[in-house]
Amino acid sequence: MKHVIVGAGPAGVVASGILRKLRAEDEILLIGGEPEPPYSRMAIPYYLIGNVKEEGTYLKTDADHYKKHRIDYLQAQVTKIDPKKKELHLESGKTAGYDKLLLATGAFPIRPPVPGIEDPDITGCWTLADARLIAKRCKKGTKVLQMGAGFIGCIIMEAIAATGVELTIVEMGDRMVPRMMNETCGNLIKRWCEKKGITVHTSTQVTKIEKRKDKKPRYLIHTKDGQQLEADLIIASTGVAPALDYLKGSGVETDGGILINEHMETSVADIYAAGDCAKGRDFSTGGYEVQAIQPTATEHGRIAAQNMAGVQTPHPGSLNMNVLDTVGLISSSFGQWMGVEGGDHAELLDEENFRYLRLEFKDDVLVGAQALGLTQHVGVLRGLIQTETHLGPWKEKLKSDPTQLMSAYLAKAQAQTLP
Amino acid sequence: MTWHRKILRVNLTKGTCETEPLNMEWAKLYLGSRGLASKYLYEEIDPKVDPIAPDNKLILATGPLTGTSASTSGRYVAVTKGALTGAIACSNSGGFFGAELKFAGYDMLILEGRAKEPVYLMINDDDVRILPADKLWGKSVWETEEWIKKTHQDPLIRVASIGVAGETGSKYACIVNDLHRAAGRSGVGTVMGSKNLKAVAVRGTTGVKVENPREFMQVAQATKTDLKESAFTNGLTQYGTQGVTSVINATGIYPTRNHQQVQFEGADKIGGEAMFEVRETDGRTNMVRNSACFGCTIACGRVSVIDPNHFSVKDKPQYHNASGGLEYESSWAMGGDCGIDDLEALTYANFICNEQGMDTISFGASLAAAMELYERGYITDKETGGLKLKFGSAEALVEAVELAGKGEGFGKDLGLGSKLLCEKYGHPEVAMTVKGQEFAAYDPRGAQGMSLAYATSNRGACHLRGYTIAVEIFGVGTKLDPLTTEGKAEITKLAQDTTSAVDSTGLCMFPNFAWTLDQYQQLVQADSEGDWSMEKMMELGERVWNLERLFNNKAGLTTADDTLPKRLLETPAETGVGKGLVALLDKMLPEYYELRGWTPDGQPSNDTIKRLNV
Amino acid sequence: MQKSLNIDPNKCTGCLQCEMACAYELEGSFNPAHSRIKIFHFEEQGRFVPYTCTQCAEAWCLHACPVDAIKMDATTGAKVVDEATCVGCKVCTIACPFGTVNYNQSSGKVIKCDLCGGDPACAKACPTEAITYVDANWTGLDKMREWAAKTDTGTTTAAAKPSAPAGH
Ligand SMILES: Cc1cc2nc3c(=O)[nH]c(=O)nc-3n(C[C@H](O)[C@H](O)[C@H](O)COP(=O)(O)OP(=O)(O)OC[C@H]3O[C@@H](n4cnc5c(N)ncnc54)[C@H](O)[C@@H]3O)c2cc1C
Ligand code: SF4
Ligand code: SF4
Repeated sequence: MKHVIVGAGPAGVVASGILRKLRAEDEILLIGGEPEPPYSRMAIPYYLIGNVKEEGTYLKTDADHYKKHRIDYLQAQVTKIDPKKKELHLESGKTAGYDKLLLATGAFPIRPPVPGIEDPDITGCWTLADARLIAKRCKKGTKVLQMGAGFIGCIIMEAIAATGVELTIVEMGDRMVPRMMNETCGNLIKRWCEKKGITVHTSTQVTKIEKRKDKKPRYLIHTKDGQQLEADLIIASTGVAPALDYLKGSGVETDGGILINEHMETSVADIYAAGDCAKGRDFSTGGYEVQAIQPTATEHGRIAAQNMAGVQTPHPGSLNMNVLDTVGLISSSFGQWMGVEGGDHAELLDEENFRYLRLEFKDDVLVGAQALGLTQHVGVLRGLIQTETHLGPWKEKLKSDPTQLMSAYLAKAQAQTLP
Repeated sequence: MTWHRKILRVNLTKGTCETEPLNMEWAKLYLGSRGLASKYLYEEIDPKVDPIAPDNKLILATGPLTGTSASTSGRYVAVTKGALTGAIACSNSGGFFGAELKFAGYDMLILEGRAKEPVYLMINDDDVRILPADKLWGKSVWETEEWIKKTHQDPLIRVASIGVAGETGSKYACIVNDLHRAAGRSGVGTVMGSKNLKAVAVRGTTGVKVENPREFMQVAQATKTDLKESAFTNGLTQYGTQGVTSVINATGIYPTRNHQQVQFEGADKIGGEAMFEVRETDGRTNMVRNSACFGCTIACGRVSVIDPNHFSVKDKPQYHNASGGLEYESSWAMGGDCGIDDLEALTYANFICNEQGMDTISFGASLAAAMELYERGYITDKETGGLKLKFGSAEALVEAVELAGKGEGFGKDLGLGSKLLCEKYGHPEVAMTVKGQEFAAYDPRGAQGMSLAYATSNRGACHLRGYTIAVEIFGVGTKLDPLTTEGKAEITKLAQDTTSAVDSTGLCMFPNFAWTLDQYQQLVQADSEGDWSMEKMMELGERVWNLERLFNNKAGLTTADDTLPKRLLETPAETGVGKGLVALLDKMLPEYYELRGWTPDGQPSNDTIKRLNV
Repeated sequence: MQKSLNIDPNKCTGCLQCEMACAYELEGSFNPAHSRIKIFHFEEQGRFVPYTCTQCAEAWCLHACPVDAIKMDATTGAKVVDEATCVGCKVCTIACPFGTVNYNQSSGKVIKCDLCGGDPACAKACPTEAITYVDANWTGLDKMREWAAKTDTGTTTAAAKPSAPAGH
């Protein structure tokens, strides 16, 4: 049996490991489209800050890992899939056959249709190659404009700011991380960034980018609200979309992401999908969507591999969750952080000290949460949500004091108190 | 190591928070906690200052062993000029606050001045802020702790605060930390209240290192084993301090009804064993479990639950949960001394004392004095506002504690403490106090050493300034005849000096039932730089005692204050070991002064001062 | 037989000797704020509950880590954070449904229980034997484990009915 995995990000690499564990004799081929050993995008910020070298971003610390586990690693771009022949076409013109195929091609950055954005010197911050470029260009005092303050935008911001540049952010939404945090929280993060010397413009967008030959800074950026900003370097962090181009004509159905069922199977037999490229099951809603986060990618990878290995494993759904460090301010959000209809919530705000905790309930079950400044026992938020623990009387206690979270968890989820 | 070598000085008048290096010269002489804080107080304030004036200072201090893995390392002291006594006050408390203060990086916190408006202090390691307490003023200790933790979104913040008693000027208000641990005596909470300081909240993450880790860990382990193997400390684990009730009562040194008797017929109903008796009404016991202060391997603390059917809490579900239970002195003061044998009522009164920040001993004894005034007709319903202050009345206790906690009605009078209360109503002889402070639960007529210990205690009547009971009654180490005066001056001095040394380490006194000063010494030596031999430790104790004495003398106290109430000096005990005896203080006092190297008028001689380098 | 920490809240007095021992073992100073084991106090019930990582079989933290910084110790079964590799991204802290991996802002890395290489300091320090280190099948951790399975996204089902020969 030959398993082929396209994509050497976390989803693909986790899948390769599980496959090896479950299928000692099978052949495993892992294909990555970038000229690097399999690495983790998530670690890029830490590479940028200088906390780790490039090797520190690798998904496996042991250089011999793949060899040891008899996983063949191939650096190549897959251009086409031919399910009839059970074959992949590579950019080099070569082909490779498979018995079972996992699509784990992740996502790639997209840019808004703004005049001037096609300039090749405007970079994203998605790959190691991008990171190298940014590291080279960011010097103390360099004027950097970052488009987008979403989740990834906020994470890289810290790294970029740490290089000593003069950083300006332009975000379309009315706050920072609009897709992960509510107004209160998103605005607190914004205020925090401003306190740390970052200029943040929200509720506006870049309408035009002019590149000036004779003048420094090189770029003149026009915004919708009529401002003109200058920058030596523009970083676009304006969202990502699943990488699906190579699926044209394959019969693998997509709709803003590869469609899969609860066994991670695509519409085509023996082809599975996992990670940022797949519309996987969401724990909270039961629907299928692209979550584009690391824990989900690894969960997908693991479950897909089990199914590929013949261990029938349904995916009950991944919980959408994020943890974010924005220039030292730690925030996290879980599940239905925006609340649910007919639900109930608890909220605690300490604006001055940038602390926030909001819990969302449906009946007496926690279904979502947002936290600012919480670093201890954060995981129980996930635990409570995902086990759908009935909080009983603890719900009222949490409503009057949400910091009793850990006690509620121990009492109800762990039955650690007397009845 | 050992000391962080750092002090936090907060001036509430100016609104400043500054750190400064610890005076290491003084640290080498006074070690820490009680000794070192007393030295700072002695040097920094005029002993004649009015205790509740802004010029008085309040020092919260840890010791070198606070926050280490030595057993009982959770303690801190509150040192100030006592509002109840006008003498130097040093109240010691366990719980977790002290260790947390140390973990925040400070050996000591000096609080000066008076804030214009109520404030609380929030210490997050280096981040120290004086914050408005307008939302907290008028709130209980329990509400205050909850509010602070919630507002700062950190359940691990430790809080030391005053209740309404401390705000309304009760003379024996205490500082309560961790809900039910108190720096109880002498009115240290009154001083805090006079500064408009509602609470000190701390979260510390810097940790504590010791000088000789390897040796320290060995000694810490060995000394913990000593505690584990001692019958005395095991008794504390099992019954808490309450375990002594029956012995003390049987011996006949259990002051009853404001020291009118020395044995209480209802003692067994309110002692350590009684707390384990299954109640008919709800099938539970008063005692829920024992609990420990930070780092303590004894865990003498009581956690209690009041019978929900009991009249005191019937319509008050907020008191149906478990909370800090009775300790011996509290059970005695509010129980035996008031002739009350209702365990549930006592537990309730104890809860309220914790909640509103009152010293249980002084409150209980003041109520006992009021009861005597009432029964003798010196005060009537008119003065008490209708309170029927009959000895034995649990109803009266429950009402009185609520009023005193809030400083309302007759509670205001009770808050004066026995001395001022009895003076107010023209019968000072009814007040059972020394230097304005109420007695603890041992009648000195049947334990003569205590006569001297009480009379000469630097903070007023107190059992923790020289617990001669240990040798006179329990025979810890040696056993002396409790009825004679022979050797008592010496043993009192020894107990006082030893305790002063122990109190300067940052550990609790209770291990002393299983240890001698040796174990403390070994721990200090391994923990701290410098020479801390036994000789030095004894010298330290004596030095601290003399320093406190000097403070008091300068504050205007004289030999005339080294005395006991007439009742103890002149009326013989009716029953018990001391039957027919009075407190034979006069026989011991001169000898004591001489042993101390003091002049006959109670002044440390120049030679003594020089010898001890005070 | 692999061993586990066995926790009996009924015996715990809340003294925090375990927290001190833990921080001391791992960081050389008494500093409960950095302890991997924490005691939770249920004031209203007078109950103290020691709580730390159960070294769960699912190892959420280990799988979520993007840089392979959490590894399983073959002899103890502990999931151990390699400080040098950890980049401090905190993903493990939200992935662990027990909340037992915590971010330490001062080091910029995460901390979790590593069973002290098979001789846990907390168990040694506990004066009441509320924490003991015993053969895994004695620990009564089943309840917690069972519960862990509820958070499951596939692994337990897989472990329960393997239909293919498992590798090493
Ligand atoms: C800077 C940054 C910070 C982030 N921080 C966080 C965070 O803190 N928390 C979090 O949860 N998530 C974070 N993410 C997102 C997280 O990295 C992704 O969710 C995760 O990488 C998805 O994994 P994946 O395996 O699905 O895809 P990817 O990691 O994107 O891997 C896709 C792989 O497929 C390969 N590939 C794509 N197309 C082809 C092709 N045609 N042929 C061959 N190979 C191909 C790529 O080269 C790559 O190897 C961050 C991302 C970035 C960029
Ligand atoms: S830290 Fe959490 S996920 Fe990791 S092994 Fe422990 S319990 Fe499991
Ligand atoms: S914080 Fe460290 S150990 Fe945890 S997931 Fe990130 S890199 Fe791994």
